[in-house]
Amino acid sequence: MLEHALFWVLAVLAAAAGVMVFRFDSMARATYALLTSLLCAGGVVMLLGLDYLGVVILLMMTVEMALMAVFMVMYMMNPAGLMPMSMLHNTKGAAVLCGAVFAALAAGILLAPWPARRGRPPADPTHDLGMSLMGPHMLTMMTLGMALFATIVGTVVLATRRGRYDRFGDDLKARRPDDPVPGGGRR
Amino acid sequence: MTLETLLLLAAALFSTGLFGALTQQSVVMLMMGLELMLGGLIVAAAAVWHHIAPAGADGQVLIVLAVTVMAVEMAVGFAVVTALFRAQEIDMTDMAAELKE
Repeated sequence: MLEHALFWVLAVLAAAAGVMVFRFDSMARATYALLTSLLCAGGVVMLLGLDYLGVVILLMMTVEMALMAVFMVMYMMNPAGLMPMSMLHNTKGAAVLCGAVFAALAAGILLAPWPARRGRPPADPTHDLGMSLMGPHMLTMMTLGMALFATIVGTVVLATRRGRYDRFGDDLKARRPDDPVPGGGRR
Repeated sequence: MTLETLLLLAAALFSTGLFGALTQQSVVMLMMGLELMLGGLIVAAAAVWHHIAPAGADGQVLIVLAVTVMAVEMAVGFAVVTALFRAQEIDMTDMAAELKE
């Protein structure tokens, strides 16, 4: 009973906070609303018996939204929302499209003949996940690892101030880059 | 806490995030819409794991995948915003579209 009540509180809060993300004038408030929504989603995951993944989601979203708030202050024109301005486009078309998407998803959810539950949850789902990632789903884990490594390299390349034209000039085949500090094996 | 209720919550989060991703001009706000959509995916995967196939770990692996995609999306998104801002002080999607002209 308590579980059901908690679920409804989390579900309503997640949906309402999700809507408020795009209603607030202040970007800081929007970030907190998104954080609330995602924390409630993490809470729902924990209610379903996935404690480890739920805690991972809670911790990751908290840090992620803290970083997002920093970037908002850096890049947004009006981070505090003191001068309300509209930064939206095509709201009517998007509202119709999203309403149609929700209606289609809801129709599918309510009309689909969902299969009956097969099996019972393991005593320790976290152990099950670990064994799966290190066993039959090893390829998934390896792909995720490579994707994260590629992300690290890609983000550094994108965010660095000096690009290849800064280093080599117009002639990208030049032997030596024009670096302020020589590095690598060419020192 | 039926499967249908959980999936309706996931659909609501996904649709709201889609609305944000389609309407927001700020790149950072657009990314918030994408995060919300992935949040819906996480709830849906957990619901399917719990109500349909709890014996296997496939639903949990899908959640790990979605959480990783969220992290990658945010990191690459902010790197792209930084690159755009460095190039021409652009922080809006409409202005970024003019770069190709």
